[in-house]
Order: sequence, then structure tokens, then C-alpha cells
Amino acid sequence: MSHRKLEGSRPLDLVRGQVDLSHGAGGRAMAQLIQDLFIDSFSNDLLNREHDAAMFSLPLGRVVMSTDTFVVSPIFFPGGDIGSLAVHGTVNDLSMGGGVPKYLTAGFILEEGFPLSDLARVVKSMAQAARDAGVSIVSGDTKVVEKGHGDGIFINTAGVGVVPDGVEICGDRARPGDVVLVSGTLGDHGVAVMSKRENLSFTTEILSDSQSLNDLVAAMLAGVPGIRVLRDPTRGGLAATLNEIAHQSGVGVALNEAAIPIRREVKSACELLGLDPLYVANEGKLIAICAPADAEHLLAIMRGHPKGRDSAIIGTVLKDDRCFVHMKTGLGGTRMVDWMAGEQLPRIC
Amino acid sequence: MKYIEEFRDPDLAAGLAHAIRATADPARTYRYMEFCGGHTHAIARYGVEDLLPDNIKMIHGPGCPVCVLPVARVDTAVALATQNDVILCTYADLLRVPGSRYDSLLKAKARGADIRMVYSVTDALNIAADNPDRQVVFFAIGFETTTPPTAVALKLAQARGLKNFTVHCNHVLTPAAMRAILGGHENGQAEKVVLDGFVGPAHVSAVIGTEPYHEFTRDYRKPVVIAGFEPLDVMQSVLQLVRQTNEGRAEVENEYTRAVTPQGNQKAIALMDEVFALRDSFEWRGLGVVPHSALKIRPHLAEFDAENRFAIQVQPGVENKACACGEILRGEKTPTQCKIFGNPCTPENPLGACMVSSEGACAAHWTYGRFRAQGHEAAQ
Repeated sequence: MSHRKLEGSRPLDLVRGQVDLSHGAGGRAMAQLIQDLFIDSFSNDLLNREHDAAMFSLPLGRVVMSTDTFVVSPIFFPGGDIGSLAVHGTVNDLSMGGGVPKYLTAGFILEEGFPLSDLARVVKSMAQAARDAGVSIVSGDTKVVEKGHGDGIFINTAGVGVVPDGVEICGDRARPGDVVLVSGTLGDHGVAVMSKRENLSFTTEILSDSQSLNDLVAAMLAGVPGIRVLRDPTRGGLAATLNEIAHQSGVGVALNEAAIPIRREVKSACELLGLDPLYVANEGKLIAICAPADAEHLLAIMRGHPKGRDSAIIGTVLKDDRCFVHMKTGLGGTRMVDWMAGEQLPRIC
Repeated sequence: MKYIEEFRDPDLAAGLAHAIRATADPARTYRYMEFCGGHTHAIARYGVEDLLPDNIKMIHGPGCPVCVLPVARVDTAVALATQNDVILCTYADLLRVPGSRYDSLLKAKARGADIRMVYSVTDALNIAADNPDRQVVFFAIGFETTTPPTAVALKLAQARGLKNFTVHCNHVLTPAAMRAILGGHENGQAEKVVLDGFVGPAHVSAVIGTEPYHEFTRDYRKPVVIAGFEPLDVMQSVLQLVRQTNEGRAEVENEYTRAVTPQGNQKAIALMDEVFALRDSFEWRGLGVVPHSALKIRPHLAEFDAENRFAIQVQPGVENKACACGEILRGEKTPTQCKIFGNPCTPENPLGACMVSSEGACAAHWTYGRFRAQGHEAAQ
């Protein structure tokens, strides 16, 4: 690192230390936290200048920008943590607009008493996720709130990216006859997180699917630049995402339940908890909608990519002014796949 | 998923659908009530209706615990939860059930009441042990399925000498509700619905056995086929009901032999009897006041009875006047015949209890079935 050690400061105690109010107060403790943890971990030319704002040029053309805030509980879950999730979430939001993600900012709200060892673990995980996704974290902010006024750690990330010419991806572009694809198994993230909730703990091998999808999207757009819609089915799962797209495009969607990839373990956990996997969150999957002529080619590209091996064609877009999403059930009947009402509550008998 | 997916097999479903079609007499209509919300949910979620011929009508019964809880009891829960030192624990479905004046436990929680969703009554016991300076009330609802666990909790509370744990008991009985539906005349209600039989409860029957249903075949001449909660269970039971109807039989048949025995779970029955006594009467949403239809905590456990510990006075509940939950729970109306179905009553904004739980007739139709023409008209 190029920066100079702060005069008179002792090293951060990343083993036994805790966040205290001085870490957000603008004094030496805050400067030390920023230098020894954040800048040290996220290190890049733009951040290392330590300006209040990062300054950079972008290529001519359209820019995508997005922000997302992460409050996941527990902060460490099988297959990921709040740090990597905070990078993946914003990288994926930028990618779903067809953008190539470039730069992120990171804002931390820390609760007094939060272990510095956990903070270091989260920050290092963010740094690794950013490196893996090929993005730089170029600016940040830290606030500390009194004990009882937060839940350990909340993270906000915002990001910018660049949209290549010729790419026109938007939720309102689905047309009757189009084909709906998904990039892999659904419900992994939600079940992995739920399995660690204190009042729910059950044993499962399921890992969160939290991952950045910009490389998968780049491969898909290279082969099929005319993809009409991309969306990552996070909160509310596949059901919420398809209902959003149906409304934005003014169309209906017909799904085929038998074609929707869901892990057996996820099905079992959902069965136990009275949940429907179509409504459970994902953090590393995408829905793609394309013209019927492109569908098989796009599917082959997705399956050929390590992050899309379990991709499948799961439905088609229909003309329907009511914008209903419905599904041929595995049994052979038909039902709606509606917006979720409230949170997904378990049935009691 | 072993032993579950087998009961959702599309080829077997197609075979059963064919058999039902071949057995049903096209010249008549068959009207069967699936008593349980679990069946209602399975029918809607798997699209079973699409596999049945048009002349077989499934009528959604009152077997959804939160749907039959009267407004006054929801108001009581809210009043309990807003007591100073109380932590109210209950099953999640109850949180959104509307009480009087659009209030609910979820709204009380937002106002600051300490209300905890629990997956089992054991969680409530643990919360009581962890919070010795607070009063923990378990708001118990449900049919014979959820009653034995409440009985266990009461006995554990006594054995552990918990001073801060009580149960507000709202457990209700299935046969009494079936009697109320069939005996509408005696309750002063016009009998508008003619039923040809019942798809009998799954989990409830695993506890109480098949014996209690004989009164319906004997006294009311209605066939009862006890069925599991998987879609093929429902279809198989419909086939058995159609056969009984065609042959003029009224018998108790058990499709759900993998869980239900004639005598039921004797241990659970004995436990319920030890802990609970019959109430003289109990108010049900939709069915009115039904005699001998609910349970209360026996005197030897009175110190764990929230009705003893807390002096809660609530006014008679105010139901939304336009809501047809009552008629729907009695099978007199379908959800789409309710004036407020879909507008303004939806799962996001439930005005009646049938719209709350995914097992409720209205919520099931809204969530899974409203793409069908009838549902569409109602949603306009």
C-alpha cells in the first residue's frame, strides 16, 4: 500500500476489536479503519487517491447505474455472506440492463459493538467478489449507529456500467411468441439463508447461488445481441420477476412446471416449510426472454457457460391484456403464478 | 420428496381423470365438499379442477383454522398482544387475519406490540423460558391436528413450573363443524346447499381416526372418503365418492391408509382428553355459534389458561358487511359470487378471513384460479 501509517495509531485489532462510535466520528479511528481495512482490501488507483469522490472517464455511449442495499440475516450463510452478496447484487442489476459493470461504491452502516473480525471477513469477501467480477470499488462511506439501532451491518452498493451499442434490453420488450429461459436451479439462495435462521435451523447441503452474472450475460449477448429482456429473480423469486415483466410488456406468460429446474433438496425444504420455490429468492440466476428463432441458440450458449449449466426453456410469452402468468402444473392442470401476497408464510396444517 | 412426488405423478393423474370421467354419470351433477383447507390448496395449486369433468363440483369447506376464527377472537388476540408485558406467540397465518375495524395482529405489531411468529408451540415455551420477566401467551388455533402439541406444551409448562406461560385456547373440532354444515336447518339457517358427500380430512383423521365420521354416513346418508393432501389423493377420493353416489352407498372409506387408522392416534386422543374439555358452544366465522364444537383448558391447568390470567373484555366483533365469507365457508356461495372478491378484497388487503390463508377458499381461487373466465369477470 502506498498510504502512510497514521501517526500515533495502534494497529486495528481485527481479532478481538469491536466497532465503536469513534469509527464513524471522522477522527483518527475512522481514518485508520478506512485505510487499514477498506482501502487495503479494495485497493485500486481510483480509491487509493482518497478523494471524497472518484473521478473517471467512461467510453461514449449509454451508461447504466443502479443501487441496492443489503440487510440479509444471518450475514454469513452457506455459500456466501453479506459482502459478496452486496457486490453480486449490484453487478447483476447493472448486467440485467445489458451493461458491462465497471465501478461500484460501498456504504457501510455498522452497529456499535460489531466485531471487527466479522467486518474484516465481510470486506475481504467483497474485495474478492469485486475482483472476480472485474469491477473496482472506487468510493465508500462508513457510518456507525448506537447499539440497538442496527443489526450488525448493513451495506449499500451503487454501480455504473456501460451498455454496448446495439443492445436494447428492457422489461417492456417481451412480445407474444417469445421464449422464456432461466439460467439454472431456482430457490437455492432463499433456502440456504432460511436454513440458518435461528428459529428455523434445519440441516441442508444447499449453498446460496450468490454469484455475479456479468460474464454469463456477456457470453449471451455476444451470441444473441437481440435478447429482449434480462432480469434476476431475487426477492419474490421467479413469480415476482415474471409478473413484473408481464405488466411492463403488457403480455401474459405461460410456464411449464415440469421444465423449471429446482433441486430436490430445495423442493424438500420448501415442502417442509410450506413454501413455494417459485417465490423463493435467487442471487445468481437470470431470466432471459428472446425471440423464438433465437431460443435454442441462446440455450446452447447458456448451457455452455459454467454459470448456466442447468439452463432451461421454461415457458412462452402470450398475448393477454390481463398480464397473467400461469403454469401447466406437473400434474397436468393449470394454475396462476401470482404476485406474492405479503411474505411467504408457512401453512400450519 | 420420496413418497410425495409419487402422489403428484402426471400419468397416474391422467389415468384417474379418465376413470372419473368414465364413472361419472353425465346426466347428473356431483357436489362434494372438501372439508380441509389443505385439500382446497392442493386442488388449486395443482390445477386438479382441470382434470375433473364439469359436472363434478368441488365445494370448499370450512377446514381452514384461521378462516373460521371469529372476529371477536382476533380482537382478543390484539387486545392480549397490546398488554404491557405480554409477548404473544402464534402461527404466522393468523397475523393478517382481519379483526374489527380493519385491525389485525400485523398492524398491532407495527404499532409496537411484541408478537412473535412461531413454527411450533415449543418455540413459545422456549421464549417463555428466555424471558422470565415477560408474560408469554400462546394463541392456540387449529383443529385436532394442532391440538395435541398444545396439550403437550401445557403439560410441559406445568412440569417446568413456568409462571409466565399461558395458552389462549381456540382449538375447534372437525365433526362438530361438519354437523353444523349438514344440520343447517337446526341452526335456523336455510339449507341452501345439497352435498353429495365429503372428502374427509387428512391430518385431522390421522389423529381422530375414521370412527367419528360414521355418524355422517348413518344419520345424514353422506359418503365420506378420507383423503391425503396430495393431488392424487384428492382425485382418488373423488373417484371413490362418485362410485358411492352412483351405487347409492353412504360409507366411510379411507383413501389415506398410509396415515389414518380406524382408531386414530390413541395417545394423542388420550392426551387431548386429559388436558381439554368440551366447551358448551363456540362461535365460528361463517357457521355462527356451534354447540360442543371447541375445547377449553381443564381446571387442573387453569393457571396456564390465558382466559383466567388476563381479564380481556372485547366488544362483539364487527365483520365487514359486504364479506360473504360465511356463505362461502358453508358452501352456499363460490368466492366469485362475493361482491368484494378481487375488489377490494385481495390477499394483500383481505377483508374476510377466506382471503388470508392460502388454504382459504377465496385466497386459493384468487391466487391460483382467477385466470379462469369466472374469476376474470369477478376481478374486473
